[in-house]
Amino acid sequence: MMYFPLQDIEAVKLNIDDPNHLRIHSLETFGTHDGPGIRMVVFVQGCQFRCLYCQNPDTLDVKGGSLVEIEELVKRAIRQKSYFGKTGGVTVSGGEPLLQRTKLLHFFKRLHEEGITTCLDTNGRLNNREAHELFDATDILLLDVKHINDSIHHQLTGLTNKNTLEVAAYRESTGKPMWLRYVLVPGWTDQSQYLEEWGQYFANYKTVERVEIIPFHQLGSQKWELLKMPYSLKDTAPPTPESKQEALAIFKKYFKNVILK
Amino acid sequence: MKASVEKIEFVPGKWETSVNVQDFVIRNITPYDGDSSFLCGPSSKTANLWDICKKTLLQERANNGCLAIDVETISSINAFQPGYINKEDEVIVGLQTDQLLKRAMKPFGGIKLVESAVKERGLQVSDRVLDIFNYAKNHNEKVFDAYDKEIRDYRSKHILTGLPDNYARGRIIGDFRRMALYGVNQLIAFKREDYAKIDGEMTEHKVRLREEISAQISALKDMLVMAEDYGFDISHPAQNAKEAVQWVYFAYLAAVKEQDGAAMSLGNVSSFLDIYIQRDLELGLITEDEAQELVDQFVMKLRMVRHLRPGAYDEIFGGDPTWVTECIGGMFNDGRTKVTKTSFRFLQTLYNLGASPEPNLTVFWSEDLPEGFKNFCAEVSIDTSSIQYENDDLMRTNRGSDDYGIACCVSHQEIGKSIQHFGARANLPKALLIALNGGREEKGGTLIMKDIPFINDEVLDYDIVYDAFKNTMKELARVYAKSMYIIHYMHDKYYYERAQMALIDSDPHVDIAYGAAGISIIADSLSAIKYAKVKPVRDENGLTVDFNIEGDYPKFGNDDDRVDTIAKEVTSFFITELRKHNAYKNATPTLSLLTITSNVMYGTNTGATPDGRKDGESFAPGANPMHGRDNSGAIASLNSVAKLEYKDAQDGISNTFSMIPKSLGDNKEEQASNLVNVLDGYFAQMAHHLNVNVLNRETLKDAYNHPEKHPQLTIRVSGYAVNFTRLSRAHQLEVIARTFHEAM
Repeated sequence: MMYFPLQDIEAVKLNIDDPNHLRIHSLETFGTHDGPGIRMVVFVQGCQFRCLYCQNPDTLDVKGGSLVEIEELVKRAIRQKSYFGKTGGVTVSGGEPLLQRTKLLHFFKRLHEEGITTCLDTNGRLNNREAHELFDATDILLLDVKHINDSIHHQLTGLTNKNTLEVAAYRESTGKPMWLRYVLVPGWTDQSQYLEEWGQYFANYKTVERVEIIPFHQLGSQKWELLKMPYSLKDTAPPTPESKQEALAIFKKYFKNVILK
Repeated sequence: MKASVEKIEFVPGKWETSVNVQDFVIRNITPYDGDSSFLCGPSSKTANLWDICKKTLLQERANNGCLAIDVETISSINAFQPGYINKEDEVIVGLQTDQLLKRAMKPFGGIKLVESAVKERGLQVSDRVLDIFNYAKNHNEKVFDAYDKEIRDYRSKHILTGLPDNYARGRIIGDFRRMALYGVNQLIAFKREDYAKIDGEMTEHKVRLREEISAQISALKDMLVMAEDYGFDISHPAQNAKEAVQWVYFAYLAAVKEQDGAAMSLGNVSSFLDIYIQRDLELGLITEDEAQELVDQFVMKLRMVRHLRPGAYDEIFGGDPTWVTECIGGMFNDGRTKVTKTSFRFLQTLYNLGASPEPNLTVFWSEDLPEGFKNFCAEVSIDTSSIQYENDDLMRTNRGSDDYGIACCVSHQEIGKSIQHFGARANLPKALLIALNGGREEKGGTLIMKDIPFINDEVLDYDIVYDAFKNTMKELARVYAKSMYIIHYMHDKYYYERAQMALIDSDPHVDIAYGAAGISIIADSLSAIKYAKVKPVRDENGLTVDFNIEGDYPKFGNDDDRVDTIAKEVTSFFITELRKHNAYKNATPTLSLLTITSNVMYGTNTGATPDGRKDGESFAPGANPMHGRDNSGAIASLNSVAKLEYKDAQDGISNTFSMIPKSLGDNKEEQASNLVNVLDGYFAQMAHHLNVNVLNRETLKDAYNHPEKHPQLTIRVSGYAVNFTRLSRAHQLEVIARTFHEAM
C-alpha cells in the first residue's frame, strides 16, 4: 500500500538542492491553530510518514509542491508582522519540515533577525545534529507523538516512534517550550490504556506547555480520491463526543493545559 | 430658567460660556481601563419592555415589514401625542408616533415617494395631505426641475445610483449632547447671539443663515413642547443621569420625527452620558443596575426608530436600516482614553437585549485603547457580529479633532462643528464599460459620454483602456458634482434639517461626500488587461457584451502590489477629478469606497466586466475584494484593502470581514485575543474600517431557509449591520456567497 515509495534519495536531496528555496505545498496567512496567536503557516512539501489518517496526502510527495524563495517568505512574514501581536509569528508545518531542516534553519534565523517568532510542527522524524540546530532556533516546538506503542505507531505511520521520543527528550534537555499534539482516531489511537501510557510518559516533562488533542476528521478524504491513493480510513467516523471527553479526562490527569481542538 | 433648578457641580471651563461640549467632556470624563466584570443584566422593567418590543417586531415582520402607517398626519416634532411601549416600565420615554413601530409620513422629501410607499402597503395618503402638496413644494420635485438630460441619463442608466433626490439625504449629526448640557433656553440664547452677529451688508449667504437660525430656534421651541407633553421640562440643563439620557434622547427623537434621512446617526453620546452616570453613582443616587437600565432603555428606543420607505429604497439599502450610529471608545488628543464604563454599558445592551443592527455600534479603535476594553469588544463581536471598527488613530491624525462621530456607515464628522452632504455612488465598472464602448452604455448602446474614442482592438491594451477610462471618470466626476450641487441646494431649501442644525454651530464646515462602487472590479479588470490577455466579445452593433480571458492575472485581495496599486491610483484619480468641481456651500469633497447593500443592485445593472465577472453578477461590497478571489488567506485580503489611502477616500473605506468562529481559535479566550490582534494589525497599517462577522455559513443558510428561527440574527454588511432575515432573498444569497475566512 506504499505510495510514493523509495523516496529516500529524493528526501535527502530536498534538504540540499536549491539552498535558497523551500519546497512548499501552500501558505496560510491567518493560521490560528498551529501555535499561539495569529501565525503565517508555511506548509512544506514532502513527508516520509504514511499516516493512515493523513488529511494532507497532497503534501507527501517530496517532489511535489513548488519552490519558493526563502527571502520571499521572509518578506511575506514581515507584511504580516503587525498582526502577530505579542504571541503570533511563523509556523512551519507540512508535510514534514525536518526534511528541509538546513534551509529552515536559515529561514528561522532570518525570521529572528526580523523579530518574528518561530514554531515548528513536526513528527520528530529526525534526531541528528542538523535537526537539533533547527530545534534550537525554534521558539515553540509542536511535536506530534502519534502513538506511544511502537508497533501500533509502525502500523499507523509506517515508521517507528523511536526518533520522535528522542526528539522529545532532546527538547526537554534544552529547556525550551514544546507543545505535544495527538490525533485522536477511533479504533487506532483512542485506546484508554495507551492514552494513559502516553500521558505517563510525558507527565514529568517540564517543557510541555500544552497538549492538544486533535480529533480525526474526514475533511481531507477527497484529496485521497483526487490523488487516486488507497485511503483505508474512508469509513472511519470522527470520534464521538464521549470518546473525546474520555481522552481529554485522561490527559488532564497528567497535564495542566490540555486543549481539545 | 426656573429658579428651583440648581446647577450641578462639574469642573468649570469654556463650556460654561460658549457651546463647547468637547471642553466639558475633556474636563469631566472618568476614563476607565478595567474589564467588563462590573456589568449587569437587564432589569425586570427592561425585560418586560423588550418582550413587548419583540412581540411587536414579530407582528411587523408578519405584516410584510411595516406594522402601521399614520396616513393623516405630516410628521413633525409635535405632530403626534406621546406614545409609550408600556408607560409604567419606561424610565426613558418617547416614540416617533403615538404607537410603537407605527410609521409616519415625512412628505417634504417627496410626496410622490410617500404616496407610493403608502400605496405599497395597501393604504392611501389622506386627501388633506395630498391637497397641501398641491401648494407646498418638496425636495424631490424641485430637484427634478433642475436636472438636465445628462443627469437623468446617468441616473436612469445606473451610472450614478442612490442619489438622495427621492429621499432625504440624512447624514447630518446633531450634537444631541448639547440638549443635556445646556437645555433649550440656553441653546436658544446662543443661537440668538449668532443671529445678532450676522449683520452689515446682506449677502445671499447671510440671509440664508438668518433664515436657518430662525428655523433652528423654532425647532428648539417645539422640542420644549414635545418634552412637556411627556412630562419633562427641558428648558434647563439635565440635573442627573436619568435626565441627561432623556434630554439627549428627546433631541434625537425630535430629529427623527422631522426627518427620514437615509442615515440619522447619534454621534458619540455614550462617554458624555457617563459623566452624569458616574456622578450619580458616586453620590449614591443610582446603582449599577439602574445605570444599565437607563442605557438599555435608551438603546431599546433607538432600536425602535422607523422610517417610511418605498420598496425601491430597499434595493439600495436592504434591511430597513436607520443608521443610528453611535461611536464608542477612541482616544483624546491628550493621550487619555475616551473609554468609560458607559462605553461598556452600551456594548452590554447586545447581551441584555440580544444582537441587533441598530443602533449601529461603532468602536473607535486605537492601539492605545485599554486592554480590558479591546477584549470585551472582541468578545461581543464574536458573540453578536454587531460591531464595526474604525481607526481612531488614523482619523484623529488625519482630520484633527478628537470629538467626532460617524455619519451613516463609515463617515467622519466632527460633532457639532461640521456637517456632511451625502452623495450617492458612482458606478466605476460602468464607467469602464462606457470607455470600452466609445462612450456608449454597454446595455442598449445609448450614447452617454461624447468624444470617447472607440476601441476596436482584438486584445485590449492596458494603456489605451486606462486612458479611455480616465476620460470617462472625468465625465462621471463632472456630472456627479453637478447633480450633487442641485440636490443639496434643493434639500436645504425644501427639507432643511432644522432639528439637527439647531444642535450644530450656526455656520458649520461642510463636506460633500461622494462615493464610488466597484473598486475591486476595476482593479481586477485593469490587472487582467495588463497581465492576461483580454479579448472583448462584441455584438452585431459593436457593443462589448462579454470578455474572453486567457491566462491568469493578479487579483485584488492577495496583498499583491501589481494589482493593489491600480486600486490606489484609480481612487486617487477619481477624487482629484471630483475636487475640480464646484460644490454647494463650498463644501470640501470627500470620497467613500462604500456600497451599503447596493453592490447587489449595481451588479444587476452592470454588464460583464474584463475581470471575468458575468453580466448581472453582484459587486463586492465597499472596498472588499471580489468574492472568492482573495484566496491567499485573511491577512493578505486585509493587507490589500489597507493599502487604499484614507487621504483619497476620507469619507471611508469599508471592508467587511467574515470569519467562522473556529478560524479565530479554539476557545473563546483565544478567539478574542486573536481578533484583537487582527484589529491591531489591520489598523496599524492605517486601514480605515472593518466590519467583523464571526459566524458560520451554515447559520446563514439556516436563517435563509428558516427565518423564524433567527429573529435577531445580525450581520455586518458594508458599513452597517442588518437583521439578516429582513434582507431581500437576493441580498441574503449575496451575503452567503461572500468569502468566509475559514482556515482551520
